[in-house]
Amino acid sequence: MKKTLLLVMVLWSIVSFSAAKALFSANDVPWDDGKALMLNWSAPADTVNLQKADSLGNWVTIFKGVGKEFQDRDLDPDKTYSYRLLIPRAALGDSIAFKATAQPKEQWFYLNKLSYLLILLAVSLAVLYYVNGARRGKDYFIRRISGLDSMDEAIGRATEKGKPILFVPGISDLDDIQTIASLTILSHLAHKAAEYDTALIVPCRFSMVLSASREIVKEAYLKAGKPDSYREDRIFYLTDDQFGYVAGIDGIMVREQPAANFFLGSFYAESLILAETGFSTGAIQTSGTAQASQLPFFVVSCDYTLIGEELFAASAYLSRDPQQLGSLKGHDFGKLLTILLIIIGVIAEIAGWHGFKAFFEGAQ
Amino acid sequence: MKRNLPLIFAFLTGFLVVISEFIPHRPFSLMISTLQNWFLIISGFAILLGQISLFQANLAKIKQKESGWYFYLAGLISFMIMLLTGLLWGTQEYKGILGHGTHLQSLVGSKPFDYLFDFAYMPLSATMFSLLAFFIASAAYRAFIIRSFESNLLMITAVIVILGRTSFGSMLTSWLPENLRFWHLPNLSDFIMEFPNSAAQRAIMISAALGIIGSSLRIILGIERSYLGGDK
Repeated sequence: MKKTLLLVMVLWSIVSFSAAKALFSANDVPWDDGKALMLNWSAPADTVNLQKADSLGNWVTIFKGVGKEFQDRDLDPDKTYSYRLLIPRAALGDSIAFKATAQPKEQWFYLNKLSYLLILLAVSLAVLYYVNGARRGKDYFIRRISGLDSMDEAIGRATEKGKPILFVPGISDLDDIQTIASLTILSHLAHKAAEYDTALIVPCRFSMVLSASREIVKEAYLKAGKPDSYREDRIFYLTDDQFGYVAGIDGIMVREQPAANFFLGSFYAESLILAETGFSTGAIQTSGTAQASQLPFFVVSCDYTLIGEELFAASAYLSRDPQQLGSLKGHDFGKLLTILLIIIGVIAEIAGWHGFKAFFEGAQ
Repeated sequence: MKRNLPLIFAFLTGFLVVISEFIPHRPFSLMISTLQNWFLIISGFAILLGQISLFQANLAKIKQKESGWYFYLAGLISFMIMLLTGLLWGTQEYKGILGHGTHLQSLVGSKPFDYLFDFAYMPLSATMFSLLAFFIASAAYRAFIIRSFESNLLMITAVIVILGRTSFGSMLTSWLPENLRFWHLPNLSDFIMEFPNSAAQRAIMISAALGIIGSSLRIILGIERSYLGGDK
């Protein structure tokens, strides 16, 4: 009899332990950086109180309310965390407690970024394929970009009028790819300006951009065989402040009346203030940015505007280097791939296959 | 070597940043933030370079009495005043060389640096920003002049969006029956902003993202070298 009772008790504890485990569980969030745990419960309760043990073992409430799951973030990888789920019993005035422990683990791949990786690989391979093709001597057709073709016209006009050229490399620092794209254009522009002996003014918002611009312009003057014409004081720092920078450039435009203005890089609210002031001085203006919200302002006020990718294609286009031109073909492949994915996505959604969209949205 | 070393650095750093984006495990998960911190440290040192350039450029123009030299002088004086007030009496929570300047605080209501920041710098900054309203009006006037089919379309769309965002626009079409609610100006305006406008913006953003991939690859692989100052 005693043995049977003992067996029943053991069985009951196993069943209740399993039930508790099913009612409340803590698991590592898969395919992440090991900083999150997922807590799930299936308790038939309206309100639950979820607590976590702090470093001293005291229970601290991290969630209170209605729900079936909670993701605890900003945790340390490989550290054990203890949780307690309290389900209040209003009739008895107490709570039932369930406990769970888990360890967040770092993984070696973000599975939700698989779609990004595949697209990145496809576009990168296409760029490499076309660059390789260009190296072997294959000639690719690149459409005309009037904003870049007009660069000679703008420099010519400045030379004829004996006025300087103003180049604004955007308002972002050197960690923005738009600024780097802008500086690659500055290199070509400085070379042309050196050849024509036209003054080039480059006001900078950040010191890092200042030193990079000086180096680029200096090198361009050296390449053009006019190192003596290079004037360091024409590439200068204005201020870090956004509107102070705009005020400074507006002042330069009004006082020095440059014949050609180039606004290339990252721009925000100041784009129209700059472009309209330049327009009022009668300068020939070329702008370019990847900030979609600023493009309408530039289109209205400037003679030529480089839209989005044209800014990044500018250096390749201007250098006429076959390898760089080949890489532009890779962009075209990327566009084709995007169009195909959009069409397939639309068809899949209409047909009710939501997995395709979820995969590209980064759902695990 | 002078040219190759930066190219090797660009390749290694670019490659590490790209793969760190997909690997959540240490040390890759810390790579991007570490590099960003390095960038901030270098930027901090580079600030001095900017200040030196500011002084050199302005002093040269003042010495040569270039046109509008007094503006450069005003700029330098303003810079020095802000620098000195900040150094001597500190800012809101930090004390300066001469302490918190309680006497001055009782006179002007706040620390001299904060006073100048709130009552000189901020209004000046806001003034520049507010110029945008006038520039938008002049730019919109030029954009909406009917010259071609495209500018005609632009003007019609702009009028619908502008009216749709005002109570007057809402009042104009409020009489429309329920089955014609789509043509109610606020709804039409929302439709234009939500669908054709978003589609065009996304097209630009997607192509810019592809441009960024191509541009980054050219830099990482050393095909694009003009940012270093030369092609070869």
